[in-house]
Amino acid sequence: MTTDTQTIEQVVFDSLERFGAEREQISRAASFEELNIDSLDLAELSQIVESEFGVELTSSDVATVKTVGDAVDLVAGRA
Amino acid sequence: MAQIAITGVGAVSPLGIGAPALLARWLAGASGVRDGEAACADFDPADFLSVKQARRADRFTQLALAAAAEAIADAGWQDELPYDPRRVGCLIGTGIGGIATIEDNHTRLAAEGPKGVLPLAVPLMMGNAGTAAVSMRHGLRGPAFGVVSACAAGAHAIGTAMRTISAGDADAVVAGGAEAALTPLARAAFGAMDATSRCGVSRPFDARRDGFVMGEGAGVLVLEDAAKARARGAKVLATLSGYGASSDAHHLTAPDARGEGAAAAIGAALADAGLRVEQIDCVNAHGTSTPLNDRSETQALKLALGEHARRIPVSSLKGSTGHLLGAAGAVEAIVALLALRERMVAPTVGLQQPDPELDLDYVPGAARALDVPSERSARAISNSFGFGGHNAVLVIEALGR
Repeated sequence: MTTDTQTIEQVVFDSLERFGAEREQISRAASFEELNIDSLDLAELSQIVESEFGVELTSSDVATVKTVGDAVDLVAGRA
Repeated sequence: MAQIAITGVGAVSPLGIGAPALLARWLAGASGVRDGEAACADFDPADFLSVKQARRADRFTQLALAAAAEAIADAGWQDELPYDPRRVGCLIGTGIGGIATIEDNHTRLAAEGPKGVLPLAVPLMMGNAGTAAVSMRHGLRGPAFGVVSACAAGAHAIGTAMRTISAGDADAVVAGGAEAALTPLARAAFGAMDATSRCGVSRPFDARRDGFVMGEGAGVLVLEDAAKARARGAKVLATLSGYGASSDAHHLTAPDARGEGAAAAIGAALADAGLRVEQIDCVNAHGTSTPLNDRSETQALKLALGEHARRIPVSSLKGSTGHLLGAAGAVEAIVALLALRERMVAPTVGLQQPDPELDLDYVPGAARALDVPSERSARAISNSFGFGGHNAVLVIEALGR
């Protein structure tokens, strides 16, 4: 199964907004730090992408991502 | 030993948002019970919390955060803590903790398996979550932990806060209780043990009482070393002058019918305050509207106060708010001290038909004046008793406003 990057991006953006990030600040270039997205949020994001796209992310995978774009690309590369 | 000043209070209750609404509506004889439960119907977390804060807090913690913000503003701390943050503690009691979070995640577990359980489940359900959220929100870096003793938790938290300051471990403590257990599991569980009212009416000390009505809410107080509070020019609402705690060691849920455990806590609180029984002006009763509590509490008051028990008003907030469980002791301490300041005694709402076995003055009907001159402290004891047989009693003194 392949999933286009735009779909993944949409799911990630929506999730971040639900976690409390400001919609207008969410972009591929934004860092999780500036969005105030922490390890608990990223654990939940991992669950969401696994359930939506069947991509399993471990905590060490998640530890390497710094920006929203990093996370989208990581998922897209495995989807 | 340090005297303890109460310099700020905040409450979210079935009578409304804020401590002033709680007092005013209780004095007016209002009830927050609707359809057999007492929810904080006016509470919208969005009024107090960001999206992120709200989703990182079970409802009991959301209520605690709202009450704490009010208490801290009331104490004049909203811009800056008046003490070294490492000298300001936080103790928020709860009976159960984040039970809505537990139920939601259990539903997810059943439907989706382990991968359906959220990473926020543990930090939201844990019993110390209220303390954690309040201490983070306000930067309180002193002693902080949860206090769990069922329906006595709020009073135990306040008493422990008092001791923490007296022992020199903190200059101030933000203390109270919070509970939000109007959930299917909690309803069923309290119902299964026949603790809750089948008719859905809270009427403490009434002959027809048949159990408590479940409520939710939070109460938070700012306690300070009184000398330090005076030195910073704080407005002092009241003095917390005594605390007594005991255990019945009798039964998992039923109180000792002779009231000995509760009487021991009342006696210890009076001794701690250095007061004789005749110096107590009124009682804020635990008064749950269960057949057993209201009888054993009456026995305990007679045992601890002797003939004086018959001379002073004994009123229960729970006719008006239902039972706030782990928040009850804190919300009741707040409303007791505010009523003392007004020199008023609030009624036991719902009490209409006296029980011939219960022969104290439970203040049926309407509020009345408390006949104590404003220049001398009026003194109340506030009782809290929890399942497990845990008893906590506070002595509060306040000048007239």
